[in-house]
Amino acid sequence: MGRYVVRRLLQSIPVFIGATLLIFLMMYSLPGDPVRALWGEQSVDPAQIAAMKKDLGLDLPLWQQYWNYFIGLFQGDFGTQIASGRPVSEVIGEALPVTIRLALFAFTFTTLAGISLGVLAGLRADRLFDRGMLFFTLLLISVPSFVLGYVAQFVFAFKLDLLTPTVQDSEAFGDLLMPAVVLGSLSLAYVVRLTRTSIVENLRSDYIRTAIAKGLPRRRVIGVHLMRNSLIPVVTFLGTDLGALLGGAVITEGIFNVQGVGNLVYDALFRREGSTVVGIVTLLVIIYLAVSLIVDLLYAVLDPRIRYV
Amino acid sequence: MRGARSAKWVAGAIVVAMAATACGGDSGDDKKSASGKPEGYVSIEVGEPQNAPLPSDTNESNGSYIVKALFTQLLEFDDKGEIVYLNAESVETEDSKTWTVKLKDGWTFHNGEKVTAQSYVDTWNFAANVKNNQKNSFWFSDIKGYEDVHPEKGDPKAEEMSGLKVVDDLTFTVELSEPVPYFEYKLGYTTWAPLPSVAFDDPKKFGEKPIGNGPYKFEKWNHNKLFQVAKYDKYKGEDSAKNEGIQFKNYSTPEAAYQELLSGNVDMVRQIGAKDLPKYKQDLGDRAIEQPYAAVQSIVPAFYSKPFKDVDPKVLQGLSMAIDRETIAKTVMNGTREAATSFTPPQVQGNQDLDIPSLKFDAKKAKELVEEGGGVPGNKIWIQFNADGGHKEWVTAVCENIRQNTGVECIPDSKPDFQTDLDLRDANKVKGMYRGGWVADYPLNVNFMRELYHSKAEANSGRFNNKEIDALMEKGDHAKTLEESIKLYQEAEQVMAEEMPAFPIFNYKINAGYGEDVENVNVDWHGDLVVSEVTTK
Repeated sequence: MGRYVVRRLLQSIPVFIGATLLIFLMMYSLPGDPVRALWGEQSVDPAQIAAMKKDLGLDLPLWQQYWNYFIGLFQGDFGTQIASGRPVSEVIGEALPVTIRLALFAFTFTTLAGISLGVLAGLRADRLFDRGMLFFTLLLISVPSFVLGYVAQFVFAFKLDLLTPTVQDSEAFGDLLMPAVVLGSLSLAYVVRLTRTSIVENLRSDYIRTAIAKGLPRRRVIGVHLMRNSLIPVVTFLGTDLGALLGGAVITEGIFNVQGVGNLVYDALFRREGSTVVGIVTLLVIIYLAVSLIVDLLYAVLDPRIRYV
Repeated sequence: MRGARSAKWVAGAIVVAMAATACGGDSGDDKKSASGKPEGYVSIEVGEPQNAPLPSDTNESNGSYIVKALFTQLLEFDDKGEIVYLNAESVETEDSKTWTVKLKDGWTFHNGEKVTAQSYVDTWNFAANVKNNQKNSFWFSDIKGYEDVHPEKGDPKAEEMSGLKVVDDLTFTVELSEPVPYFEYKLGYTTWAPLPSVAFDDPKKFGEKPIGNGPYKFEKWNHNKLFQVAKYDKYKGEDSAKNEGIQFKNYSTPEAAYQELLSGNVDMVRQIGAKDLPKYKQDLGDRAIEQPYAAVQSIVPAFYSKPFKDVDPKVLQGLSMAIDRETIAKTVMNGTREAATSFTPPQVQGNQDLDIPSLKFDAKKAKELVEEGGGVPGNKIWIQFNADGGHKEWVTAVCENIRQNTGVECIPDSKPDFQTDLDLRDANKVKGMYRGGWVADYPLNVNFMRELYHSKAEANSGRFNNKEIDALMEKGDHAKTLEESIKLYQEAEQVMAEEMPAFPIFNYKINAGYGEDVENVNVDWHGDLVVSEVTTK
């Protein structure tokens, strides 16, 4: 398996270079000059713009800019923000822990609640609980997240006065509860439905019948034999979902005032802060690569028939 | 199962590692909760400043709130646009070319350094130097010797502007390269505030913990969350703080800030999001603020574009007349704008009741005028705007007006964001007209004309070029007194009413609100809440 992991890691190098180059080119080809825009509609000062561009290295040809950026990356230098003049690594360093906290919170919620509800629904297929779950998950899928966010804010913060309407302190888990639940609820619905279908299908399979016929206790049949096989599609989904959560959620972050990666990327895109956008996307690419590797390795844990050599 | 077991171990290790990163993030940040507000402080929704709050490098509203708290310049303006001296004892001139500034005695920076004439001269030389990359450097371009420190190309030839001379500790003179009768008014902008001598050693480091001469001293800055300042007890100015300190809190959206206002976690919000505009007055009662300020929203023809090249002014008058400003302001904009009645807003000196027919809605006459003037080539115009600024609704309404009332096809030309919009304007690629806005730099009518419609002005992106108007403005710039200058500009405005270099549409209004814990919340001529006057209950 060690060789497999090494091979996967080596494969990720060209993916990494390609992704940074692509994003770099995209940012470069967007219309709008970020330095010029600092003056807005006021009188502009061409001499000052030229001086600032020279200091930031933005007057160099594109390939040279990319080369400088790429070399910098290996020295841990993510570049400098145009407007604020702060190092990009510092800016990302502020936003990323917030997003990681929120994402893990939402992810834990999705996984625990989603799988248990899904298993329950699957075991009671076509009974009242299952029908109720179908309705509930359809509702979650069809309601846009901003509606859910505002409704939750209105009900829990203003009517019931249980929670603060927005995040005051991104380290307090009480504050993050509402955004995490809202953020996780869409995935929750998918996880419930995936688990349920998978469980229902596998319940009818031969190996389960054998297990029951062997006289294994019901707990072991469900907990080990049934769950393990049924979770493969769920794990695939959860893996990419974790990546998406870590990429930030612009809308939910906006509603609940979470100063995370989503907002950062959004602002940076609008301000044409190329180095910030490329820096974050680079990190996200790494996160996705890592998560997909973990998911692939987890397959082997869940299904003994899968082996990596 | 061999593979499976080691995979299990890998997965376990990764989970542990992730938990560790989450914890690692915890200890790095400031532990104190952002909502913990010290006694007597007031809090206001003001986002993360674009860059470190140096007066000469701040030209956006978040930063300027903070600069205003930390720094004090020579003078400011009251609600009527009259000068109020702050750090200056007097500013005098005989020929509008050489200005003598006397400072008040006893002023100190927050680190104890005395505010002297030398502080001002050093700061201005620093700010004007092209090498220091200060965004407001062009503000110093009237001073003699500016070209030496800020050449159009290449490195500066000198470190100091020859026009600045220290007379004694509290007096200095400013010689301009040409007389500017309204120079004193320009000095009201915070960019002219002084910096202590420590600032020049390492401006970047200084910007993280700025030391000013203003009513508040720096306390802490948690990037993207909070900027906190405390009252400076030795402050000598008239605008000294009435509260113990200010927390400037960053919110990702106006909507989120508004929720915080309702639940009492922030004392003031400067803007109300579109979602809450229809109901904020009911929510807040007399704690809702709606007040016009000195800014004008216009639609500007690009005089190089196909529809408007060599256009007959009558066509422009007609098109402008076809717009029902009152109704759009009231309905589409929810009363957040006021219909414009001249090229200048009422808050500035020299604003006159122009009684321009072309700014008054008259559907019938509009059509006649457009036809009389020969119409528009192709019978089609475009209005370019940036989609990220909330302009879509009213631009669409304006276009609807023009189409219905004059028969000229009008197309809202949406650009994804402000940057793209500006790019096209700079490159002379606007297809017909564009949306323009101007907020007063200083409360004089001059500011709304000189920078926008003089043929050589940098912000004249419509490339309007009229010799008569140019001449009147130049005459105004060389007038002996301020009054005369204002008057000549008023004459220029009269001509503009005929030529229509732009269609003024709205004057801006601020929509803000404050919470139950504070009082004395006022708005200045510039549309900013006067935070230093706010008191806690």
